[in-house]
Amino acid sequence: MARFGNKKKKEVGAINTASLPDIVFMLLFFFMVTTVMREVTLKVSIKPPDATEVKKLENKSLVSYIYIGVPHKSFQDLYGTEPRIQLNDQFKQVRDIEEFIAQERDQLSEADQTKMTVSLKIDEDTRMGIVTDVKQALRRASALKINYSARKTESIR
Amino acid sequence: MPGSKKKLQEINAAPMADIAFLLLIFFLVTTTLDTDSGIMRRLPPMPREEDMQNQDRIRERNVFLVMINKNNELLVELEPFDITQLRERAKEFIANPNNDPALPEKTMQEVPYFGTVEVCNKGVISVQNDRGTSYKMYLQVQNELVAAYNELRDELAMQKFGERFDDLPEDQQEAIRTIYPLNISEAEPKNVGGQ
Repeated sequence: MARFGNKKKKEVGAINTASLPDIVFMLLFFFMVTTVMREVTLKVSIKPPDATEVKKLENKSLVSYIYIGVPHKSFQDLYGTEPRIQLNDQFKQVRDIEEFIAQERDQLSEADQTKMTVSLKIDEDTRMGIVTDVKQALRRASALKINYSARKTESIR
Repeated sequence: MPGSKKKLQEINAAPMADIAFLLLIFFLVTTTLDTDSGIMRRLPPMPREEDMQNQDRIRERNVFLVMINKNNELLVELEPFDITQLRERAKEFIANPNNDPALPEKTMQEVPYFGTVEVCNKGVISVQNDRGTSYKMYLQVQNELVAAYNELRDELAMQKFGERFDDLPEDQQEAIRTIYPLNISEAEPKNVGGQ
């Protein structure tokens, strides 16, 4: 008990931690605001190409995503190694896109339906054949506002 | 009872930090800082039967043909071309600074802020690609063409308003867009080189 009796030592040891939660909360709020929850689990691997003229997608609720890339290792037995289309959580065919767009459009209010944007997240090694098919399907579904997903770089070369 | 009142006021705040840390770590792990960005484009609407016949009406001087084959080689106006020079060439085509008769014609039009000026709205950049073209190359070409437009708009914005195009108010942007309208067409797909 002699240790606890030493008053001078105790005063040095007690650091005021009352401001610690404040700092942590500040960080917490920062990450809560900036965080983007992943809505779908990606089943294809996508490395977006680089571009210099990229624009940010503004209204997230108006954006639908189409993923095209080579299936992940665990799906390659079933779906092969050729680039495939993923809509929501499933592998789909080009013919399913029109239905998908119609569904996505129904979820929006009537005023927003014209502002709907389709973001194409496509792996850079994909051949244009499948991309062209998807674009034609989008035209048939009259979803004409599209965004080629790309990463911002200062120069391409 | 002053003693008991004081006890109520002092809540132990140490676990709060723990909880906050826990949440913080959760958000740190789940956060993906990559913002969604990309090149915005508009697809042309699906052509109707009667429109198909009108397609060849655009005059030859008004078309800037960019073709990419399945080996990712570039053909601009039927000549092999290097992508590093595509931006300059496209800018020359869009703006036609010397009124070259081989480059697109201009029309006089009333534009807000500018008065009646020559507008380069006749030129069309047509991109044709093969099914075997890689997406990376295709997007690079798209990027260079969009960059050509953006640079021209920026130059005009600097000259007229002393600011970059993106920083201008909406109506001034609209005026510049009227002078340099984005006209990149994507031809109906063709299958030349196979998969």
